[in-house]
Amino acid sequence: MKIAGKKLFVKALKAEGVDTIFAYPGGVITDLLDELGKDGSIRIVLPRHEQALVHAAEGYARATGKPAVCLVTSGPGATNTITGLADAFLDSVPLVLFSGQVATGLVGNDAFQEVDMVGLCRNITKYATMVTNRDDLGRLIKEAFYIASTGKPGPVVLDLPKNIQTAEGDPDYPETVNIRGYKPPEGVHIGQLKKAWKVLKNAKRPLILAGGGVNISGAQEELTTFAEKTGVPVVTTVMGRGAIPTVHPLFIGDAGLHGSYACNQAIAACDVLFSIGTRFNDRITGDLNEFAPNAQIVHIDIDSASISRNVVVDVPIVADAKVALEKLNEWATHLDLMDWARMIEKWNSKYPMSMPKDVGLTPQAIVEGINDIFNDDEIIYTTDVGQHQMWATQFLSLDEKKQLITSGGFGTMGFGFPAAIGAKLAHPEKGVICVSGDGSFQMNMQEMATSVVEHAPVIVCLMNNYNLGMVRQMQDVYYGKRYVATCLKSHEEDIEKGAPVYVPDFMKWAESYGIHHIQVTKREEVIPALEQARKWKDKSTLIEFLIREDELVLPMVRAGKATTDMIL
Amino acid sequence: MEKRWIALYVENQVGVLAKISGLFSGKAYNLTSLTVGTTEDETVSRMTISVDSDDVTFEQIKKQLNRMVEVIKVIDLTDTPIFMKEILYIKIKKMTAADKQEAFHIAQVFDAEVIDIGKDSLIMSSMLTEHRNNELIALCRSEFHNIEVVRGGSVAIESISTSCR
Ligand SMILES: Cc1ncc(C[n+]2csc(CCOP(=O)(O)OP(=O)(O)O)c2C)c(N)n1
Repeated sequence: MKIAGKKLFVKALKAEGVDTIFAYPGGVITDLLDELGKDGSIRIVLPRHEQALVHAAEGYARATGKPAVCLVTSGPGATNTITGLADAFLDSVPLVLFSGQVATGLVGNDAFQEVDMVGLCRNITKYATMVTNRDDLGRLIKEAFYIASTGKPGPVVLDLPKNIQTAEGDPDYPETVNIRGYKPPEGVHIGQLKKAWKVLKNAKRPLILAGGGVNISGAQEELTTFAEKTGVPVVTTVMGRGAIPTVHPLFIGDAGLHGSYACNQAIAACDVLFSIGTRFNDRITGDLNEFAPNAQIVHIDIDSASISRNVVVDVPIVADAKVALEKLNEWATHLDLMDWARMIEKWNSKYPMSMPKDVGLTPQAIVEGINDIFNDDEIIYTTDVGQHQMWATQFLSLDEKKQLITSGGFGTMGFGFPAAIGAKLAHPEKGVICVSGDGSFQMNMQEMATSVVEHAPVIVCLMNNYNLGMVRQMQDVYYGKRYVATCLKSHEEDIEKGAPVYVPDFMKWAESYGIHHIQVTKREEVIPALEQARKWKDKSTLIEFLIREDELVLPMVRAGKATTDMIL
Repeated sequence: MEKRWIALYVENQVGVLAKISGLFSGKAYNLTSLTVGTTEDETVSRMTISVDSDDVTFEQIKKQLNRMVEVIKVIDLTDTPIFMKEILYIKIKKMTAADKQEAFHIAQVFDAEVIDIGKDSLIMSSMLTEHRNNELIALCRSEFHNIEVVRGGSVAIESISTSCR
């Protein structure tokens, strides 16, 4: 018996264990939505903008480790997802996005709301294709989930023309896939891994560099065990933060542009850099010629194209972080690294990770307040992009009970808040806190409606400096304090005439959504506000922290310089 | 920088050519030639691609191609014995009788053919290596005033017994 494409669509989602779909309606996907509605077993989340829809799905996927599913209409619905897809691509987030498309007979006609979605997605997805034949539908959905979630995860787009959704055809959803051009690496080359272990064993000043790959593969425990068994100190990238508890004695800090002094010194001085799940992006390496100049480099990554791309590697290993670490833990023995540990300790006490003048209502006080109040809770943190993101990654304590979800690769302002909502939908039992800035928050704050309507309460800690702080900081340091297009306040002459200094009034705004809201202007109000927010579990809470506009994220590697060349 | 050759087996589907060529433009790789045609298996196409690149970039190009879902196999032809030919047409116009004689002469020496002829023009076709074709074009350009060149890009196949290229 044949069935309609839309029926197979729902059947496929159920077979994949999908419980939630992020969907925004439109002309060419009404059949699919209708079918989802009739079935009724998959929760449909309706955000307020398709970009935010994808970020929410990213939050959901990163909180669960499973691919999240999106459904949008053709044309503007599809193009609104582009930023989200690119974000998911650069941070290796598993997504399957279904975009509606005009009927196959109209494709190429500049039909109403037609856009070449597959063409647009080519460079920002792991795979994208249009279903042009109804009988391919089942296979292509199966492949989409498989490609999105295996190997180096990433977003996959399936473009579904309207007539394919209604056409009758093959009722079966396949159970297996076989894609001749796609064979994600399984296992690990034992010979190479042994070589890597030998290199590490003989090192005098070894260092583990853990990237986002460790978190994606769920290898936090294995990494911590490996560090403990060997005694080798660990630095992380922004995406890798939390791969080992940040309170762990072997954790030094984050490396890179705004990393700690000790981390960047340690990378420069180490004789073996044992790196796992990182692509050595320019934010980590600074001037490549001076990156880890004394080190033999071991690099374990699931993506062969990430190996020896930015830095030349001595021992390349293509493998999943968890698989490799499990094996390494079978061999790991304790190494004598007393002198090395002392050296690192000296750097750390010389320039500890701390704001130069931590008085008044500082970002550090806010983040440390969050650490104190939510210490015992299971929390998923998300951030937006800017100074607040760097302060959050510098100071947030992370352990087994905490997860950090941030836009590391693409640096997408507007990511944090919808991602928080997605994470909350995935884990209603956990607390979710979004650390945001006033610029970023305004890029997707319409999603407060989604949070309210979908009962996904989160706490937004908004560090309001009335500015696009991160860019302002660059103007401070490199452009003679000429603050062009970074101030979000009203124009001077209007303020003189009585206009409000700053819009919106976030407290009134919050009120209009019926959510909890607190404005914090003094340091001593930080703890009480957070304590209060922790108790409010029914609805979202907005805490607006009015911070100084001239705070800087320090330390900071000078542009284009070696990572040891830091403004401290 | 060096000229290198890759053969690529890809899914014979709409959009694959755009995806492959898009990789080269998107990542600023220096693509110098790309040809494509179906193979004995109609669901598979084979591309012959040449790039100008250094060692590190070339390694990266191969890896980037390999990780594409639509790419079935990447073969580095740079140091493999292969047969490689490119089809080339040269139309020569406004010729004198002496020019024509010269053209026939050149064709003979280059193992090219004169396949069409008019009152003051002719068409030469050659099936040579890209390098030889370059030389043939250069020679025609210096000998004749008015030439039109159409070339097809190289195709290559790994050799069975010879070690020449
Ligand atoms: C969509 C987008 N546009 C522009 C940028 C460039 N950018 C990076 S940080 C930043 C300022 C962020 O301001 P805000 O969210 O207020 O955070 P703050 O730096 O003040 O903490 C800008 C404009 C970006 N990362 N993303």
